[in-house]
Amino acid sequence: MAPRTLRVGNGCGFWGDQPDAPVYLVERGDLDFLTLEYLAELTMSILAQQRQRDPQLGYATDFLEVLSRLCPLWQRYTKLRIITNAGGLNPLSCAERAREILGRHGLKKRVAIVRGDDLLPHLDDLLAAGHPLAHMDTGEPLTTVRPRVVSANVYLGAKPIVEALDQGADLVITGRVADASLTVAPAVWTFGWSWQDWDRLAAATIAGHLIECGAQVTGGLFTDWPLVPNLADVGYPIAELESDGAFRILKPRDSGGMVTIDTVREQLLYEVGDPAAYITPDVVADFTSVQLAPLEPDGVEVRHARGKPATETYKVSAAYRDGYFCSGQIVLTGRDAVEKARLCADMIRQRLRRAGAEPAQYYAEFLGAGDTVPGVWPRVSPYEIVLRITAWDSQRALLERFAREIAPLVTSGPPGVTGYATGRPPVREVFAYWPALLDKSAVKTEILYWDT
Amino acid sequence: MRLYELALARSGDKGNHANIGVLARSAEAYSWLCHYLTAERVAEYFRYLEPRKVDRYLAPNIWGLNFVLYNVLAGGAARSLRLDSQGKALASALLEMAIEELPP
Repeated sequence: MAPRTLRVGNGCGFWGDQPDAPVYLVERGDLDFLTLEYLAELTMSILAQQRQRDPQLGYATDFLEVLSRLCPLWQRYTKLRIITNAGGLNPLSCAERAREILGRHGLKKRVAIVRGDDLLPHLDDLLAAGHPLAHMDTGEPLTTVRPRVVSANVYLGAKPIVEALDQGADLVITGRVADASLTVAPAVWTFGWSWQDWDRLAAATIAGHLIECGAQVTGGLFTDWPLVPNLADVGYPIAELESDGAFRILKPRDSGGMVTIDTVREQLLYEVGDPAAYITPDVVADFTSVQLAPLEPDGVEVRHARGKPATETYKVSAAYRDGYFCSGQIVLTGRDAVEKARLCADMIRQRLRRAGAEPAQYYAEFLGAGDTVPGVWPRVSPYEIVLRITAWDSQRALLERFAREIAPLVTSGPPGVTGYATGRPPVREVFAYWPALLDKSAVKTEILYWDT
Repeated sequence: MRLYELALARSGDKGNHANIGVLARSAEAYSWLCHYLTAERVAEYFRYLEPRKVDRYLAPNIWGLNFVLYNVLAGGAARSLRLDSQGKALASALLEMAIEELPP
C-alpha cells in the first residue's frame, strides 16, 4: 500500500543560498526527500563559460560541498533520497564527483542523472527541422542570434526523474528541470499518480512552487518582517503531501521563521504571471483554486488544487553573448552629496567623450537618494550617497577604459569622496536571455545510473 | 493612507518582465483594491520605468492582485544597467503608494 504522507524538504533556493540550511533541514526535518535547487534563469550561461574553460566543469560545484556534509547524516537517515538540478550543463561530471564523495564516506547508493535538456549539441538540427525557437516576446527566430548562443536548455518535467526513481536511484542529478517538478516527481513516484491526474499534479506543483525558493515561504522577505521570529535560524520549508493531493507547508520544529497564511500567500504569487494558469511541463496549475488553512503551531494546509492538461511544448531558456558590462561605485559624503555625485558622473562621461571612448550605454544611480526605483520614493538630500555608474558596450576595450575613470575622482573630484578601496571594477561579458517554446516530441531524455 | 496599511506585497522577475503580488489584509481591503488598484494606476505609478504594458490578474482565494509589468527591467538580470535588475524592490516601492481611504 502506498504510504499516506510524503515529506519533501527544499534546502536550497538558488546557487549561493545559505550553506548550512540543507544540513539543518535533514537533521531536523524527518524528510523522505531533500530537493536542492541551483539554477536561476541565467545560471546556465555562467556554467557554459566555466565548461568552455574546463570541460570537467559546468555544474553547481556548491552541491558537492553540501553532499560531503550530508554524508554522515545519510548514514543514519537511510530512507532519505536527494533530487537536485545541480548537474547544470554537465550532470555527468557532477555525478562522477558525487560518486567519489559517497564512496569516500562508504555510502552504498545509486546515483542517477537525467539528460536531454541540453539542446546546444543539436541546435542546428532543430532549427533545420523547422523549430524556430522564436523569442516568446518578440517572435524573432533564434537564427538571428545563433552564432552568439552559448546555452539552450528545455525545462524538463517530473517524468524522467520518476523514471530514475523507478530504477532505484537514491540521488538524482538533473540539468534544467522546472523547479516545481523536483517536488512533483517524488509525489508521483510515492503515490503512483497517473500523468493525467491533473488536480493532483497541480497540487504537487503548487507545493513545489511554494518551497522552491527555500526560506521565502518560511518568513524570508515577508512584508511584516518585525513579526518574524529568529530569522537567523530560519527553518527551510517542508511540503508534507497526502495521496489525495492535500498538503501542508511546514518547517522543522525549533527553527526560526514562521509559516502562516500570509507568508504562504505572498510566496504563492512570487514570479507568477496568470495565477489561474501556471504552466509547467507536468500540468497547468490553477493557483486561484486552492484553499489555505492555518495549522498550530506553525504551518498551513493547502487543499482543493485544480489543474488542467499540460501543454504540448517545453519552455526553452537560451542565452547569447551580448557585449560587455562594467559597474563601479564611489561614496560622496557631506553637504550637497547628491550634487557632488552628479558632478562625478558627469566628469567621467566628459572625460570618456574627450578620449573618444564613450560607451554606447552609460547610467548613473544615486543610491540613498531614491534611485533604486526611480520616480517613486520621496526625493531626499542625505549626507552620504553611493554613486553607482554602469556602462555597456559591444567592445570590451571601451569598458576597460571606462573602468579606469573612477579612481581619478579621489583626487580630482569634489571634496568628501571616499569608499574607493576595491580597485578597478571588473569588465564582464553579458549574456542576454532568450525564452522560447519547443514541441515536446523534439526532445529525448535519457537516464544513466551507477552504484557506489 | 499608504498601500502598506491595506496589503502585503512581493515582487520578482521573469526575464525582462517583473511581477508584483499584492495581498490584501482583509476582505474589505481586497474589494476596495480590486476597484482602486487598477493596472492603469500601477502603470502610472511606475511610469519612470516605462512599462510596455501592465496586466492585472485576480486571485480571490488569497485576496490577491497580481501585476505583471512588461519590459520594466531594462534588459533583465544580466543585461540591465540598473541596480534593481530583478525587480526585487518594486513591491516595497508599490507599498508606499498613496491610497484613498477605504469607503466606510
